[in-house]
Amino acid sequence: MEKILQVKDLELSFNTFGGEVKAIRGVNFDLYKGETLAIVGESGSGKSVTTKSIMRLLPENSAEFKNGEILFGGRDLTKLSDKEMQKIRGKDISMIFQDPMTSLNPTMPIGRQITEPLLKHQKIGKEEAKKVAIDLLRLVGMPKPELRMKQYPHQFSGGQRQRIVIAIALACNPQILIADEPTTALDVTIQAQILELMKDLQKKIDTSIIFITHDLGVVANVADRVAVMYGGKIVEIGTVDEIFYNPQHPYTWGLLSSMPSLDTDEAKLYAIPGTPPDLLDPPKGDAFALRSEYALQIDMEQNPPFFKVSDTHSAATWLLHPDAPQVEPPATVIERMKKFPGSRYYEGGAI
Amino acid sequence: MAEKLLEIKDLRQHFNVGKPNEVKAVDGISFDIYRGETLGLVGESGCGKSTTGRSIIRLYDATSGDVFYEGENVHGKKSKKDLKKFNRKMQMIFQDPYASLNPRMKVMDIIAEGIDIHGLAKNAADRKKMVFDLLETVGLNKEHANRYPHEFSGGQRQRLGIARALAVEPDFIIADEPISALDVSIQAQVVNLLKELQEEKGLTYLFIAHDLSMVKYISDRIGVMYFGKMVELAPAEDLYNNPMHPYTQSLLSAIPLPDPNYERNRVRKSYDPSTHNYTEKDDVKMREITPGHFVQCSESEFQSLKASVAVK
Ligand SMILES: Nc1ncnc2c1ncn2[C@@H]1O[C@H](COP(=O)(O)OP(=O)(O)OP(=O)(O)O)[C@@H](O)[C@H]1O
Ligand SMILES: Nc1ncnc2c1ncn2[C@@H]1O[C@H](COP(=O)(O)OP(=O)(O)OP(=O)(O)O)[C@@H](O)[C@H]1O
Ligand SMILES: [Mg+2]
Ligand SMILES: [Mg+2]
Repeated sequence: MEKILQVKDLELSFNTFGGEVKAIRGVNFDLYKGETLAIVGESGSGKSVTTKSIMRLLPENSAEFKNGEILFGGRDLTKLSDKEMQKIRGKDISMIFQDPMTSLNPTMPIGRQITEPLLKHQKIGKEEAKKVAIDLLRLVGMPKPELRMKQYPHQFSGGQRQRIVIAIALACNPQILIADEPTTALDVTIQAQILELMKDLQKKIDTSIIFITHDLGVVANVADRVAVMYGGKIVEIGTVDEIFYNPQHPYTWGLLSSMPSLDTDEAKLYAIPGTPPDLLDPPKGDAFALRSEYALQIDMEQNPPFFKVSDTHSAATWLLHPDAPQVEPPATVIERMKKFPGSRYYEGGAI
Repeated sequence: MAEKLLEIKDLRQHFNVGKPNEVKAVDGISFDIYRGETLGLVGESGCGKSTTGRSIIRLYDATSGDVFYEGENVHGKKSKKDLKKFNRKMQMIFQDPYASLNPRMKVMDIIAEGIDIHGLAKNAADRKKMVFDLLETVGLNKEHANRYPHEFSGGQRQRLGIARALAVEPDFIIADEPISALDVSIQAQVVNLLKELQEEKGLTYLFIAHDLSMVKYISDRIGVMYFGKMVELAPAEDLYNNPMHPYTQSLLSAIPLPDPNYERNRVRKSYDPSTHNYTEKDDVKMREITPGHFVQCSESEFQSLKASVAVK
């Protein structure tokens, strides 16, 4: 499969009054043409910063690339000038932001905000652009779009604003679409509609999608592959089936166990104990060790390398070292593993 | 029966009245909220959930209708002092954490804003301690007090909004999607926290959200809205086991599950409002099908819903 984007050894810090916040501490992944890669992980683990660094949208006065490269079309995006980057942004790579209000201009009618990138990147006239904009709004499920083109962002609901941002991102048929929590503000029926829309776009023009979300149900629905982030690193990456039915990293186990289901009625929901690592002074070993009941002595001292589980699946945990003791994952995770051929809990049958 | 804390009566909130782009964001809804309960509010994006919340705490003057808080009309004439009292009792956690936090203020002052307005701190040291405690309560720490909102991740910002709402020790909190920006583990922490606070302080919540498994978990009763109207209102368990309005059914059929294989084969029900074939003569309103389970329906739909329940 063709690699459209490669992120290599990315390290990035923010210089703040309190010191150097080491937000990204060595991230590696490839994005293939036409695939959807989901990034999941704890709040503050670096999902947004990773993708904003691809778009080069981090505050220049404080964010600093420390190491690594981001290769797209034979060029290293970390080294491009702002002008070159502007040509790529919104045309080849576009982004749906987590916080719609930060990407919408509060003082400009939404119609103009959608037609602007069209006029900038595509050779079409004003009337044509307006028609495209109305069609896009209809596609993202906005009722009576022609009446709402002249309205301002504050006149829309949270989910409607999010859908306007989605319409802008889709306007130029990008090669790469980065979607940061694109559907969290939406109800499940409109969410399903948007997910279908993104899949259609993908089929039509082979767009590659990086999809950040906290909703593991959505991940199960959209992702071909999943990267799990913790404390500024990817700790596990694999196909969607490998991550859901054969997870290996204790953080992934914790994540899968915290999902409430419709049958949950315990007095308290399971939450991973403890707090996220301090990125001003990150731990030297496995950043998750202090919160993990599966931590080994070596986790406190040495950062685990990636161990290969399959050609498509690897995880950074000492538990996969040949000399590590064999541990029992949480019960809910074992239930999942029972369905996975190749897992030691496999009970036969297809997934 | 539990005591009513709030009564919402035929509340309407229309925008751009008389213009072609008029929106009937909230179009005649009535419900009660009991003291100490959590009422969940779900529905399609744009159906009027936030507007309902905002009208209740009087961020908007309602187009028509009434809201009673402990028997007092919130939308009636109020002196400045009375309004201040209401503002302290009712707090809202906003949907858009970024837009609702002043980017030029430090976290310390953002969270202490309510404490200052209502004069809740004895002195500067007390104020500081209150803020530190609140940060800890929401899973942040005191080092965060000197930062600005843009230095936080999406989920961290949402927790600042929660800390700010808790600061004035309200009785009633409208939580507008307080957890959708959070990862599952922190969602669990926040939901556990909201439940604990409820037990400790007897808080009442109106909990607006999209994540139906969380809504079910936290709510005693759930209201489902569709285009400005309430279409179903029932005890949480009952709504999930026995959804009666076709919109509710379609909503429940679309919940994504963390199981890739299930997702590949899922079948969704869609909802088409025109299938009701309502006519002018139909008196479409909320009717009680089983005790506490209300559905918006016509007389004939009411009869067939009753009949189908009797069969079960
Ligand atoms: N401008 C900034 N200055 C200083 N620190 C920052 C800045 N932006 C982000 N950070 C820090 O970098 C870390 C990673 O943030 P990021 O926004 O990538 O998290 P995230 O994984 O997207 O979380 P969420 O799920 O909550 O959105 C966090 O600890 C955050 O506080
Ligand atoms: N200030 C305003 N002026 C005009 N229309 C508005 C205004 N505020 C909201 N609306 C409209 O009212 C309707 C209801 O909006 P509201 O924000 O209450 O929806 P919601 O149910 O909270 O949706 P979401 O789940 O997307 O947040 C929407 O159609 C919205 O566009
Ligand atoms: Mg983020
Ligand atoms: Mg809303």
